[in-house]
Amino acid sequence: MAQKASKKKKIPRQPMPEQKPEIRRRNFDEVPLGYTPELAREEAARCLQCRNPGCVKGCPVSVDIPGFIHLILEGDFSGAAHNLWTKNALPAVCGRVCPQELQCEGNCILAKKGEPVAIGNLERFAADWEREHGTGTLPARAKPTGKKVAVVGSGPSGLTVAGDLIAKGHEVTVLEAFHKPGGVLVYGIPEFRLPKDIVAQEIHTLEKQGVEVICNAVVGRSVTVDELFEQGYDAVYVGVGAGLPRFLNIPGENLIGVLSANEYLTRTNLMKGYLFPKYDTPVPKGKDVVVLGAGNVAMDSARTAMRLGADRVRIVYRRSREEMPARAAEIHHAEEEGIEFFLLTNPTRYLGDEKGHLTGMECLRMELGEPDESGRRRPVPIEGSEFELQCDLAIVAVGSGANPLLTETTTGLELNKWGYILAQPETGKTTRRGVWAGGDIVTGAATVILAMGAGRKAADSIHEYLTWGW
Amino acid sequence: MFKIVGREEMADGTVILNEIEAPLIARKAKPGQFVILKATEEGERIPLTMAMTDPDKGTITIIYMVVGKTTALFRDLKVGEAYQDVIGPLGKPTHIEKFGNVVCVGGGTGIAVLHPITRGLKEAGNHVKAIIGARTKDLLILEDYMKAASHELFVCTDDGSYGHHGFVTDVLKELLDKGDIALVVAIGPVPMMKFVSKITEEYGVRTLVSLNPIMVDGTGMCGCCRVSVGGKTRFACVDGPEFDGHQVDYDELMKRLQSYVEQEKECYEDYCQLHDSESLLFSNVEK
Ligand SMILES: Cc1cc2nc3c(=O)[nH]c(=O)nc-3n(C[C@H](O)[C@H](O)[C@H](O)COP(=O)(O)OP(=O)(O)OC[C@H]3O[C@@H](n4cnc5c(N)ncnc54)[C@H](O)[C@@H]3O)c2cc1C
Ligand code: SF4
Ligand code: FES
Repeated sequence: MAQKASKKKKIPRQPMPEQKPEIRRRNFDEVPLGYTPELAREEAARCLQCRNPGCVKGCPVSVDIPGFIHLILEGDFSGAAHNLWTKNALPAVCGRVCPQELQCEGNCILAKKGEPVAIGNLERFAADWEREHGTGTLPARAKPTGKKVAVVGSGPSGLTVAGDLIAKGHEVTVLEAFHKPGGVLVYGIPEFRLPKDIVAQEIHTLEKQGVEVICNAVVGRSVTVDELFEQGYDAVYVGVGAGLPRFLNIPGENLIGVLSANEYLTRTNLMKGYLFPKYDTPVPKGKDVVVLGAGNVAMDSARTAMRLGADRVRIVYRRSREEMPARAAEIHHAEEEGIEFFLLTNPTRYLGDEKGHLTGMECLRMELGEPDESGRRRPVPIEGSEFELQCDLAIVAVGSGANPLLTETTTGLELNKWGYILAQPETGKTTRRGVWAGGDIVTGAATVILAMGAGRKAADSIHEYLTWGW
Repeated sequence: MFKIVGREEMADGTVILNEIEAPLIARKAKPGQFVILKATEEGERIPLTMAMTDPDKGTITIIYMVVGKTTALFRDLKVGEAYQDVIGPLGKPTHIEKFGNVVCVGGGTGIAVLHPITRGLKEAGNHVKAIIGARTKDLLILEDYMKAASHELFVCTDDGSYGHHGFVTDVLKELLDKGDIALVVAIGPVPMMKFVSKITEEYGVRTLVSLNPIMVDGTGMCGCCRVSVGGKTRFACVDGPEFDGHQVDYDELMKRLQSYVEQEKECYEDYCQLHDSESLLFSNVEK
């Protein structure tokens, strides 16, 4: 036994084959190419099969990580995928976009001494294998209950609720404001990080199971929550995300060439502006691009700008490297692709020409002061450090807030001071009977897996309500 | 899919009317609200304010000028064909109540947007005078509808080919001089709204305008539609489309409307070329 363990440690972490940076920075194809079965089994062999696994504790939905990895090692890839599905409805997505270094991999015992098991890569491998080679057997469905649930928003949290409740025998209708379902997975996260075919297939699977997806339905405008109850829905789940772009509110922000990341990414991804003029929606193509912010959204915007042909792309962030909220892999990929980082830099105004086009930005240098309420050291401006940056496109990726479209038109929903819906953490129940909420509209912009975790808890609670009452 | 059940060409074929089957939207829509339409899978989403709605028949009517590739695609749709996506009703409805004497001023396809508002204001018990204008007689739309929707209608053409020779603002000034006007509603090209607002500001008469910035989602999630109103940034799709005409920064709006001219031109030229070669092909076939 001891011998086996020591032998395992010698295998290095299997790197994921990737497109080369100098090539991929100009195309929209996915960057990591995925493990081959051999690589996957090699990597799976590194797992110590801990009896008290740290990785599972680090996973927000408690995926049976040693379990599915063991199945991969044994060559039962389909079994591994099915194992994943019992806890995670979208493993092909999560394997690609979860911040593993903060969750499972960050808690893997091997991380303490060296490199953790590549859990995300293995998750992706199993899900992809099943999608490409699996028999497509659908999860069993309980016998119909006759109860109807409306799910508002088709992001990861809404899709999880839909999948769980359809399996439990309820009728589920998903209402989506956009013309395509998937939420941030389709309009926000770019093709090179999460191919849209994968999301489309996941949704198609839900539809095959009986979920009805209605697009172009803006709840609060096309139909209200009250009307959904009048139409005979027994419960409503609100998973509308955090769809309100934040701007810096500094002079010149309405110049042509200043866009929210939401707009930039929606034009590129959802509307397929990167295929303009085959697709009709234009995306501004900057030569000298500045992206404000340093989260995943900022990395996606910067890497998109590079792919759309920019000569130079700079991330401007007012804090330092340690505080950058993006996934480690995204920062690494961005740097490899030649994105420059201007840290401890804070824009104070945009500069433009007489036609209203952006020409640059005035910035201040910052230094780190005392920690603020978020525990991160507060950036403070260095006096007299003003300087100008030239740019012809600025993408504002400094976070998003709660979109009030639904909440303003729904009575009985209590909100917090930022406009997010108050929901019980364990059940997702809101202050209105029959209405649940979860995902970014409750927590503020967070992660795919947290949105799915909230969806799962709410689905359990909705099922309980439909069976036993509020 | 949203089927076209009625189609008309107006203003020498430069303006198109589509009556579209959209029962859910028709039932909910109120004057002043808009829809976002996309014709095909590859198409662009564009906002258009509804000119009419028929809740019983379950249809909405849009009227648009053909200005680029997207509207050219819309023009090519025949009765029986369909829009892939229609989203709405979006935006805040016009605040309609009894104000007293109201003047509604419309220019170009803005008249289509103005029509349901004019009618709503009349139904709410206001005395409504309407002024509509176009460059020339042949480009004037909805005269009969506007006549029916108002108590008194004034028509202007820039070239004097019909009605009053001159701009809508000339007639407006005369009406304002007579006094006692509680509200002016102005909808049309940005310069028209700008000048109407300038005049009414001099007279101290409250003025509503309906803005038409570029939009993507129409639900407040992208900020593409931002306009400056009273020095503050507002999202026209959710905070508007109607705003206090005296507070709007029209120059900024005009510039922002030009954001994509280059790319739109490229797209449209591509399309026209394709179109020409197709018609060439067909004319050859006919021979
Ligand atoms: C560019 C970008 C990159 C990201 N990268 C990562 C990453 O790498 N890893 C990670 O874990 N997380 C990432 N995130 C965050 C993650 O995507 C979100 O936390 C997650 O999608 C939230 O899921 P949700 O279901 O709550 O909402 P969303 O995914 O936002 O979905 C909400 C859906 O509801 C719809 N909707 C909104 N209002 C209405 C209405 N009134 N009526 C009907 N429908 C409505 C919206 O159109 C949308 O489709 C990223 C986010 C962005 C924007
Ligand atoms: S903590 Fe690491 S080594 Fe242990 S079971 Fe989880 S993945 Fe395997
Ligand atoms: S069109 Fe996107 S916010 Fe108004």
